[in-house]
Amino acid sequence: MLLDKDRIFTNLYGREDWRLEAARRRGAWNSTRELMQFGPEWICDQIKASGLRGRGGAGFPTGLKWTFMPKTVGARPHYLVVNADESEPGTCKDRDIMRHDPHLLIEGCLIASFAMRAHACYIYLRGEYIYERETLEAAIREAYEAGLVGKNACGSGWDFDIYCHHGAGAYICGEETALLESLEGKKGQPRLKPPFPANAGLYGCPTTVNNVESIAVAPTILRRGASWFAGFGRPNNAGTKVFCISGHVERPCNVEEEMSIPLRTLIEEHCGGVVGGWGNLKAIIPGGSSVPLIPKEICDTVLMDFDALRDVKSGLGTAAVIVMDKSTDIVKAIARIGYFYKHESCGQCTPCREGTGWMWRVLERMARGESETSEIDMLLDVASQVEGHTICALGDAAAWPVQGLIRHFRHEIEERIVNYRTGRPHVPGASLAAE
Amino acid sequence: MSARRFHHPDTTGVFTFSADTESQIAWWETKYPAERRQSAVIPALWVAQKQNGGWLSEPALRAVADRLGMSYIRVYEVATFYTMFNLEPVGKFHLQVCGTTPCMLRGAEKLKSVCERKIGPKGKPSSGGTFSWVEVECLGACVNAPMVQINDYYYEDLSVETLEQIIEDLAAGLNPAPGPYVKRQTSAPEGSPTSLTDPSLYDGSRASPLSSIPGAPASEGGKGA
Repeated sequence: MLLDKDRIFTNLYGREDWRLEAARRRGAWNSTRELMQFGPEWICDQIKASGLRGRGGAGFPTGLKWTFMPKTVGARPHYLVVNADESEPGTCKDRDIMRHDPHLLIEGCLIASFAMRAHACYIYLRGEYIYERETLEAAIREAYEAGLVGKNACGSGWDFDIYCHHGAGAYICGEETALLESLEGKKGQPRLKPPFPANAGLYGCPTTVNNVESIAVAPTILRRGASWFAGFGRPNNAGTKVFCISGHVERPCNVEEEMSIPLRTLIEEHCGGVVGGWGNLKAIIPGGSSVPLIPKEICDTVLMDFDALRDVKSGLGTAAVIVMDKSTDIVKAIARIGYFYKHESCGQCTPCREGTGWMWRVLERMARGESETSEIDMLLDVASQVEGHTICALGDAAAWPVQGLIRHFRHEIEERIVNYRTGRPHVPGASLAAE
Repeated sequence: MSARRFHHPDTTGVFTFSADTESQIAWWETKYPAERRQSAVIPALWVAQKQNGGWLSEPALRAVADRLGMSYIRVYEVATFYTMFNLEPVGKFHLQVCGTTPCMLRGAEKLKSVCERKIGPKGKPSSGGTFSWVEVECLGACVNAPMVQINDYYYEDLSVETLEQIIEDLAAGLNPAPGPYVKRQTSAPEGSPTSLTDPSLYDGSRASPLSSIPGAPASEGGKGA
């Protein structure tokens, strides 16, 4: 369990004021100029040594990502783009950072931009976060007025401009290249990689896209030391992390905890446990809707980190824990996720555009039992044909929940099919096949 | 994908930006390099939608295109791609009910029934145009599920009773506050806090200058930790 003194987001719930004066009292903007005095390489080395892995879902080492940017600025300017398009179902952590601790994010933007030799940073918020955008804009104004950003930011000699931008309701814009397209004023359809954004990103210039939380933790890591941060969690899974626990728990909440905390401890210590007790648990989606669910037997002992969840064929993703108790219609719950991906596919790649709709329609029928057992394997087959065959990871994200459902709850789908057929003299199976 | 088309017959009118809309668009434009004005298209459409009573007519789309020097089709593409752009009129209070799994698990379906009962069928403004409602995908407030966005702000931790009350208050011209509708502070757990209770986090001790920078290079004036 993490102690309060080791929490980075000390105003996660907004009990205190988000404004500059109060944020400074909590330690934001403390010695920022001194943190910048040893140069960009030193910052990248510290972040690498801290073991910080990207908090947006993929878990790529943040410090390493920063070093992919060119070492000298050529004819094209460098950009930092912060991904605040938080839309992964279950996830609402960046929202709290932006509305309650915006100065940690702004300070992180300055430090990360300096480390990547960028003079400009765009923060791309999802369009629905209007209150969060208003708060962040106001915090940015405060930072300009106090000389913390702008010309000679914090007296560091580095000129730095920071801008808020927003989307308008498209999950796919959380994919980094779709986000860049959107920021350029186009439909948010992902780009083929390579070239990677570090070579050709925003406006064709070297760009790094980072999640809000990854950026916002950077100043505190530098202030308290890489080894402090690396001291939490198991090796390769370092640090503290904001977890979002939703669904069937007594007291859903966001909370910053140590990486590698046991899932059960997280839920029982901070959320008052599963509704009806731990024994009433059916399954948990541990990292946002795109990762495969895990049944209770695995939840009993699993640790909340990248490696432990990968070992049980799921993932930490954004650390958005969606809890489902025994009252849950699990097939329907996953069918609803199927609908989400069908709705959010950008339509660019055929396997995803057609596959997400196909999977959703089959899942809807399966939720009613109006299906055939052979279709379960057909569904798995289609899921594996979508996975890995698209430009971006939305196809994978749509396939994984389906695979997780069948891996752990095939018996329940089969039962439902049998129950549906019981008492019906004739079920027109083949004619039900998906359009 | 979500296929969206223009439906509304208003294709011939003229849309003129108000002074406020124009100044907002001009402000957005300053955020991007001069030759990249197109970047402002989403914010510009958003403020145009605000001016137009919550939806975008074809004349409004053309006005934005002309304003930013874009071809019409590029703006039509953007307007039909992003689901926050309403292509048909909406009510004065537009309710977006989050229906994705985390909200569904905590009763979003009941909220949809409330909307059906009190407002009418999904996607159609109520008579008089006071209300309209739609089901949307995850709004990113999952620990405060189930929730509804009404115009700009989030109404969270709702139940059948609280949502009914909110709709009635809006109809009566009252101004119900956004935020959680159970006793809790934003995303904190209900009841007694489980974290962030240590007063030393807030007493200013963290603002005192660092005596040394951890991991500082030893050669740089002996500031190393």
